[in-house]
Amino acid sequence: MSGWSLFIDTFFRPDLVAQYLPAILKAVTITVQVAVLIVATGLASGLMLAVARSFGLRAVNLCIIIFADVFRTLPPLVLVLLVYFGLPNVGLTLPSFAVLWLVLSVVLSAFAEEILWAGILSVRRGQWEAARSTGLNFVQTLAYVVLPQAIRLTIPPLTNRSIVITKNVALGSVIGVPEILNVATTAQSFVGNCTPLTLGAICYVVLFIPVVLLGRWVETRFAWGRA
Amino acid sequence: MDTIIEQFFNVEIMARTFPIILRGLGMTVLVCIAVVPLGLLGGLAVGFSMQTRFRPVRLLIAAFVDLFRAIPPLVLLIFVHSGLPFAGIQLTAFGSVCLTFFLNTSAYYGEVYRAGIESVGLGQWQAARSTGLTAGQTGLYVILPQAVRNVLPDLISNTIEVVKLTSLASVVALPEMLYSSDMARAVTYNASPMTLAALIYLVLLWPLVRLVSRLEHRLGH
Repeated sequence: MSGWSLFIDTFFRPDLVAQYLPAILKAVTITVQVAVLIVATGLASGLMLAVARSFGLRAVNLCIIIFADVFRTLPPLVLVLLVYFGLPNVGLTLPSFAVLWLVLSVVLSAFAEEILWAGILSVRRGQWEAARSTGLNFVQTLAYVVLPQAIRLTIPPLTNRSIVITKNVALGSVIGVPEILNVATTAQSFVGNCTPLTLGAICYVVLFIPVVLLGRWVETRFAWGRA
Repeated sequence: MDTIIEQFFNVEIMARTFPIILRGLGMTVLVCIAVVPLGLLGGLAVGFSMQTRFRPVRLLIAAFVDLFRAIPPLVLLIFVHSGLPFAGIQLTAFGSVCLTFFLNTSAYYGEVYRAGIESVGLGQWQAARSTGLTAGQTGLYVILPQAVRNVLPDLISNTIEVVKLTSLASVVALPEMLYSSDMARAVTYNASPMTLAALIYLVLLWPLVRLVSRLEHRLGH
């Protein structure tokens, strides 16, 4: 067999492509669903935490800082395994899908809180003072004056962090979430050929290349310090 | 509450499994010693090659960077570890981890270096070259020190991410800290060994996370 056909036979066997593509495409939809859920809940709760922090209540802020530090420090896979295998022992069994969603949302919210808080801090004092002097109260100032600027400033780091964390959906394969990697490795060990794994890897790349390019574009479009 | 303490913070079990987890920590440190310099060097190569005037090279490097930023590290690791053997390339778990991390972290470090190099003004290049330094000397002695200083928070925070990422090695059965603690958990039917591992990660990385936060907040002003 020539080198090329050996390569095709190992990584792209057409009959296996045909056989496993539907299952892997179904896994793609699951991967996308989890990813979208994680970004939505993670960013929303991160924003809530950053807003809560701006009220300047000592005890609350201490809790938020500890929360953000802990979940920015721990490797996501450690958390996934700890929650997935630990909680059933205390009588709380969550489905693997929920564990993945919960853990990655919490991790993203920790990072999003820190980024948004840095954004809020970087809005100049004069903006606060001017808004308050026009008669807006604290909450209105925050909502209509400070946050829009802070969010605009932090779009690039938020986008990049969201990409890094949603790529961790692949960690779900370790606890049995039927995302792309899980389906691909199962098929690969079943047929004893690399083709399903190649398909899975390609699907992940096809899924994330546009997002990475979006991240690049956003970085130039909303560069720091332009607001 | 008692069951939670019993299941997650059981000091007796933690003490018993501590030696195994410590050995895992040794492996984690070993992996870091291998992959962080690899990534830093690969990234340096990527960052400087992006400065070439030769467009095809630039496009090629950009494609490399985007490809390895798009593919989840775990997918790459599994592909290297259980896909490449089909092509006759059989790496040990440690070798697979090194190759995967080299590809992944070079891409990320490369972007950081690129931003740093581009933040140094063109005048620095011209001035250094006009004093008679070669292009290589200019890069090494004039541009790089300034570039690194400008992106130091990003370099450190990327390194934190790399250290956290080494936990993926547990998936290919490399006995690093997460793998050891997971084994200990399976043997003791108790999650405390994993809590212990998490605490060790926390103790090791928390000072760095704080440092980055402080550097970033300071630079923000």
